Amino acid sequence: MRDLRQQIHDYKHSGTPIVRNGFVVMQYKQLVDWARGNSVWPLSFGLACCGVELMHFIASRYDFDRFGFALRASPRQADVMIVAGTLCNKMAPALRAVYDMMAEPKYVVSMGSCANGGGYYHYSYSVVRGCDRIVPVDLYIPGCPPNAEALMYGMIQLQNKIQGVKSFYMPDYTRELEQNDA
Amino acid sequence: MMIDLVSRSNALGELKNFTFNFGPQHPAAHGVLRLVVEVEGETVVQIDPHIGLLHRATEKLMESKPFNHSIGYMDRLDYVSILPNEHVYVMAIEQLLGLKVPKRAQYIRVMFDEISRILNHLLVLGSTALDMGALTPWFYTFREREILMDCYEAVSGARMHANYYCPGGVLRDLPNRMAQFEESPWRFSSEIKDLNAPRSGSLLDYIQYFTDIFPARCDEYEALLTDNRIWKQRTVGISPIDADRALALGFTGPMLRSTGYMRDLRVDQPYAVYDALDFNIALGKTGDCYDRYLVRVAEMRESNRIIQQCVDWLRRHKGPVVSDHPKVVPPTRERSKMYMEEMIHQFKHFSEGYSVPEGETYAAVEHPKGEMGVYMVSDGANKPYRVKIRAAGFPHLQALNELCRGHMLSDVVVILASMDIVFGEIDR
Repeated sequence: MRDLRQQIHDYKHSGTPIVRNGFVVMQYKQLVDWARGNSVWPLSFGLACCGVELMHFIASRYDFDRFGFALRASPRQADVMIVAGTLCNKMAPALRAVYDMMAEPKYVVSMGSCANGGGYYHYSYSVVRGCDRIVPVDLYIPGCPPNAEALMYGMIQLQNKIQGVKSFYMPDYTRELEQNDA
Repeated sequence: MMIDLVSRSNALGELKNFTFNFGPQHPAAHGVLRLVVEVEGETVVQIDPHIGLLHRATEKLMESKPFNHSIGYMDRLDYVSILPNEHVYVMAIEQLLGLKVPKRAQYIRVMFDEISRILNHLLVLGSTALDMGALTPWFYTFREREILMDCYEAVSGARMHANYYCPGGVLRDLPNRMAQFEESPWRFSSEIKDLNAPRSGSLLDYIQYFTDIFPARCDEYEALLTDNRIWKQRTVGISPIDADRALALGFTGPMLRSTGYMRDLRVDQPYAVYDALDFNIALGKTGDCYDRYLVRVAEMRESNRIIQQCVDWLRRHKGPVVSDHPKVVPPTRERSKMYMEEMIHQFKHFSEGYSVPEGETYAAVEHPKGEMGVYMVSDGANKPYRVKIRAAGFPHLQALNELCRGHMLSDVVVILASMDIVFGEIDR
C-alpha cells in the first residue's frame, strides 16, 4: 500500500481515490459515475440483423452480464438504447418515442452501418440515413453487423465514457435539438 | 363512501372490448412487429398485424445494382438463416444464364444450407422458450450457434452476412485450418488447449466435430422442453390448423409439415444435390405450436445427418468450387496478372458486371422457414429488370389473426414465436 501522504497528494491533484484499511475516500461524483458505469442496463430492442449479434453478445460465449449489463424490456427502466439495425422511416417515430420514454441519464449506442448512416441501404427511399437524425448518439460501432466482440468493445467504451462524464452536468440534448430546429 | 352497486352493474353491461397496441418495441415481437390486439377479457378477438416497419426497399435497390452486388441484400433479408437466401438468388441467375455448377460447390452449398437450417431452428427454439419465460434453453442453443457461426466465419470471414455463394459456385474452397483461440490474461493455457482441440484440423474436421456432438445437444434441449409440463401446457393445442386450411393460406415449411402435409422442396423438386442424399422429412399431426416445435427439432437432427453426408463426400472428392465461365466468374488473381484477356474480364466483372440474357425465371429453395422464391425478370442488361422475393414468413404472418382468435392473450407471444417470424424478409 502506498504512503497515505502520497495518496492524499494524488487525491488532491488527480482525484485518485484513497484506499486504506478497507475504506475508500473518493468524491461523491466519482462514486456515482463508478456505480452508473458499472450497471448500464440496455433496452432489449433489436431492429434488424444487428439484433442477432446483440443476442450473441448477451448469450453464452460473450455473456454480457459480467460487465454489469442487464437487459430491460421497458424503456422506463433502461439506461442505454442500442439501435441495432436499419432504422426505417416508419419506425423512426416509434424509436424517438422509446427514447423519450427513457429516464435521464440515458445513452444511445448506434450499432452497425445502417444505424450509423444508412449503410448498405443508404439510397433506399424508406430508410433513415443514420439514427443520429432521430436521437442523439453517444457511440457509433462500425460493421455490418459488428460482431459480438466489436459490440463488447463498444459497450466497454461506453462504460468508460460514462465514468468520465461529470454526472451532474449532463448535457440537455432535448433543448439542443429544439435550438437546432429553430 | 358508499358504492353504488346498481350503477356499477349497469356499467358492466356496457363493457366494450379492449383494444391495445403490441410493439413495435416489444421484446417478444421478434423485431419490429406492431400488433393491434382486440381482447375480450383475456381472450383475443382480433389481431391486426402492422408491417413495414423494416421496409428497406430491397427489391427496388436490386434493380439499380449489377447482379453480383445484390447478393449481400439477400443475406440481410432473413438474417437468421443467411445462406439459403443467397442460394435462391444465385440459382435464379444460374437458371437465366444456363450456368453449370460444379459438384463440389453444390455439396458445399447444401452443407451450408443445412448449417443455416440448424442455426435458424436453434434461434427459434431458444427464443420461443425465452418468450415463455424459460431462459435456459436459449443459452444452450446459442452455445451451438456460436460453433456454427465460426464455420461461417472460417469460410467467408463474416460471422453472419457471409456473401459466400456466387453465380457458378461458391467464392472460395473450404479452408484447411480454423481460427484458434489465443492466450490472454483472462484464460489459462490449459483452457486454451481444450478450446482449440476441435479446431486443430480443417473446417471439415470442425464441422465433423459439431455433427458428432450435436445429437447429444439436441437431447439436452429435448430433456429441457419436450416433456416439460409447463412447455406442454403452453404449446399443446395452441393454434391448431388442418392441412387444407394451411395450404389455402399459403403455408410452407415446418408450419405446413406440422399439419401432416408432406411438402418439402428438397424432395418435391430436388435442387443442388439433395436427390443424392439420404434424409427423412419430419411430419407433425395437429399443426399446433407443440408439433411445430417437434418438427423443428426433428429437422435439426435430419440436417445434422445431411451435413455428415456432405462432409464425407467433400473429404473424398476434390475439384473446382466455381464454374469456369469467363464472364460470370472473375479470374484468379494470378491469372489476371498474367493474361491480358483475363485482366479485361477481371476489370469488366468488378466494374460493369455481366449481362444476363433476356427472360424470366422462378427459383425456389426449401428455406428453413418454408419456400423462399425469387422471380427474376431480365431485360438483357447487367442489372435485373425486376426481382420479386417470395418470403416464406409473409403468408404465415397473414394467418396470425386466424391462428390467435379465441386464444388467450399470453398465447399470442407463443404463436408468434412458433411461426418463426423475421422481419427482414417479411418487410423486405
